[in-house]
Amino acid sequence: MFRYIIRRLGSLLATLVVASLIVFIVIEVVPGDPASFMLGLNAQPDTIAALRAELGLDVSKVQRYLSWVFGMVQGDFGQSYTYRTPVADMVGDRLWISLPLALYALALSTLIAFPAGIWAASRRGRFADSAVMGFTQLGIAVPNFWFALILVLVFAVNLGWFSAGGFVSWDAGFFASMKSLTLPAVALALPQAAILTRVMRSSLLDVMGEDYMRTARAKGLSERQALLRHALRNALIPVLTIIGLQFSFLIAGAIIIENVFFLPGLGRLIFQSIAQRDLIVVESVIMLLVFAVVIVTFLVDIAYAWVDPRLRHGVR
Amino acid sequence: MKLHYSIPALLVAGLVSTTAIAARTDVTIGMALEPPNLDPTGGAAAAIDEVVYANIYEGLTRFAPDGSVLPALAKEWTIENDGARYVFSLNEGVTFHDGAQFTADDVKFSFDRAMAEDSTNAQKVLFANIENVEVVDELTVAVNMKQADGSLLFNLAWGDAIILDEASATDAATNPVGTGPFTFVDWVQGDRVEIAKNPDYWGEPVQLESATFKFISEPTAAFAAIMAGDVDVFTNYPAPENLPQLDADPRFSVVLGSTEGETILSMNNASAPLNDLRVRQAISHAINRDEIIDGAMFGYGTPIGTHFAPHNPAYVDLTAQSNFDPEKAKALLVEAGFSEGLTLSLKLPPPSYARRGGEIIAAQLRDVGIDTDIENVEWAQWIEQVFKGRDFDLTIVSHTEPMDIGVYANPDYYFQYDNAELQELMAAFSVETDTAKRDEMLSNAQQIIADDYVNGYLFQLAKTGVANSKLKGLWANAPTQANDLTGVYWED
Repeated sequence: MFRYIIRRLGSLLATLVVASLIVFIVIEVVPGDPASFMLGLNAQPDTIAALRAELGLDVSKVQRYLSWVFGMVQGDFGQSYTYRTPVADMVGDRLWISLPLALYALALSTLIAFPAGIWAASRRGRFADSAVMGFTQLGIAVPNFWFALILVLVFAVNLGWFSAGGFVSWDAGFFASMKSLTLPAVALALPQAAILTRVMRSSLLDVMGEDYMRTARAKGLSERQALLRHALRNALIPVLTIIGLQFSFLIAGAIIIENVFFLPGLGRLIFQSIAQRDLIVVESVIMLLVFAVVIVTFLVDIAYAWVDPRLRHGVR
Repeated sequence: MKLHYSIPALLVAGLVSTTAIAARTDVTIGMALEPPNLDPTGGAAAAIDEVVYANIYEGLTRFAPDGSVLPALAKEWTIENDGARYVFSLNEGVTFHDGAQFTADDVKFSFDRAMAEDSTNAQKVLFANIENVEVVDELTVAVNMKQADGSLLFNLAWGDAIILDEASATDAATNPVGTGPFTFVDWVQGDRVEIAKNPDYWGEPVQLESATFKFISEPTAAFAAIMAGDVDVFTNYPAPENLPQLDADPRFSVVLGSTEGETILSMNNASAPLNDLRVRQAISHAINRDEIIDGAMFGYGTPIGTHFAPHNPAYVDLTAQSNFDPEKAKALLVEAGFSEGLTLSLKLPPPSYARRGGEIIAAQLRDVGIDTDIENVEWAQWIEQVFKGRDFDLTIVSHTEPMDIGVYANPDYYFQYDNAELQELMAAFSVETDTAKRDEMLSNAQQIIADDYVNGYLFQLAKTGVANSKLKGLWANAPTQANDLTGVYWED
């Protein structure tokens, strides 16, 4: 198990280094100078030069890349060009919205998908199964931003149960904040839940065809007992993979949902920073997301090894 | 236990309902873009002024809702040496929000800071003609000009010329300390800025106790926010397609006004074939302004025939000179040697006037034999490629600075119009202090530009505000980009 973890850590580091290079090059290649953008059309050339010097943009790109990477290693993500505040602080504030939102959505989608998937698998071919599968088709087909707008129109504009968007700060109380995240979380969770339900069902059905399941039934377990005690754990590997991928998607992919609900989260920060050419923020936040995705993938790998002993012994 | 709680609860409920009956004293203003910082002297973004102008910060002079210039921190002034020296007497008893006294030294500090070599003031050009700033006594300050200047009072009304205190100026980007009727409270980045009434304000106190600026960029989210009552007013509502529906709703009023935004089809006057007057004239006649205003702006906008705001007293209506006449356009193209037609690049920045308007203009140009290569660009790219790189034939942009006809006298400006007659006229204009003569010069300048068909003049951008119908006192027009809350109140 230990060597397995070391190997995974090595590939994790290599991924981060390659990603930092790609992120930096891609962002720096895009045309547009942050200083000219900030100062607008009437700015004189000497003013732009003064601002570039103030922002530290007047040194070579290699130098900027190295100081950026070494800064990040020491936990310094640089200072935003436009906001003039440390990127770490901005990300910290916004993480307190994006992370709970992602977890909330993940919890919702898991809570929907597990029972729905198990139920559909245990009623295979019957009406309940077709009904669940029909709903998942719909859930996958509906784009989440459209679903979000429908939620807003129904629950905020017509019924007035929720506000149309915005985030109530955690200072106002846990439930008030969670309430303001509810519509966005539902909008994010539903398509994910649909995918997860299908994976759960098909994975369970695969496992139920295995020999050991027949043995379990033969030794006297009911279908339900066999399913919960033996099939579920073995069916979890593909489900874990999907959850890992979904979590990355929920953090990074919330850009559109955060805009629809005007939540001041990470996604909105990236969106704004790209338009304003706040390069250092874009680079640092994307690196942070890469880091989060890599860590989640790493944890999922470890979880595989825990669920499936063959993996940790290097047996294929 | 429950019984014990219910009595105070009833009392609280009673209190809440009585305050709900009295007029509200808070307001939430929706804005499409968030300011990058809160220092109007350190950035060009209109959103900065939309939060702080006249609310937190004040200058020596200020813009009135109709665009005229009013005294602000300066009580009065005298103009000496035929406009080469301005002496301002300042208001007494003015303090900054941190308690510091406002004096002539602060004026000198603020202007010197804006003019300094390492200044990052986006409108440093406003101060270009100032020789020096002289502190006469504690409440008197003189501004000596390099040459006579008729525009100083106007220039000093800009947000970029507000007065800061030396002690708090370095933190202005995140913690603005001004002299205005509102004090800065909090900025939750990405979400909102909160301001509150300044109890020690030197001038007429405001009626609002607090105000929140909320940043909502998605047009559909803006619609939901105003419908659900999360936001009381959008002074620039981002989705004109919803305006008829909102106008029909008695809860809201739609306020139409004018802005300083001349929306034009800019042409690269220095490169072939647009350096040929006939080609530019042909393009101007190929454009159907009404179709563009209806199609791109849902009917909101005033046609213009030159680079000047129609609500300005010196405006001359020259739209007839470049009327929609496709036959004439075709004839001019043949005369210029393009009987086979030609292809031009058309770069479109993100606003809907450009993206939607661009598609319509492309279709109109195709009808007279001009093909366009449309390229959608972001603002940062636009500045890099079009504004600085001059790598374009045509582009659509709204020039939002007030009274910016002077850019035509700068041959290095991105559309590269070079006309000595106009340059002399604008040079004479900048030293003229007589209003009647200045107006005459402006009308001559408008005519020269129209005669040269420098750009395709489309329309004056409308200001389309949507507000709770009980909210009164907001600016209908936008002589500068601001949300002046000093006169805002709730009707009972």
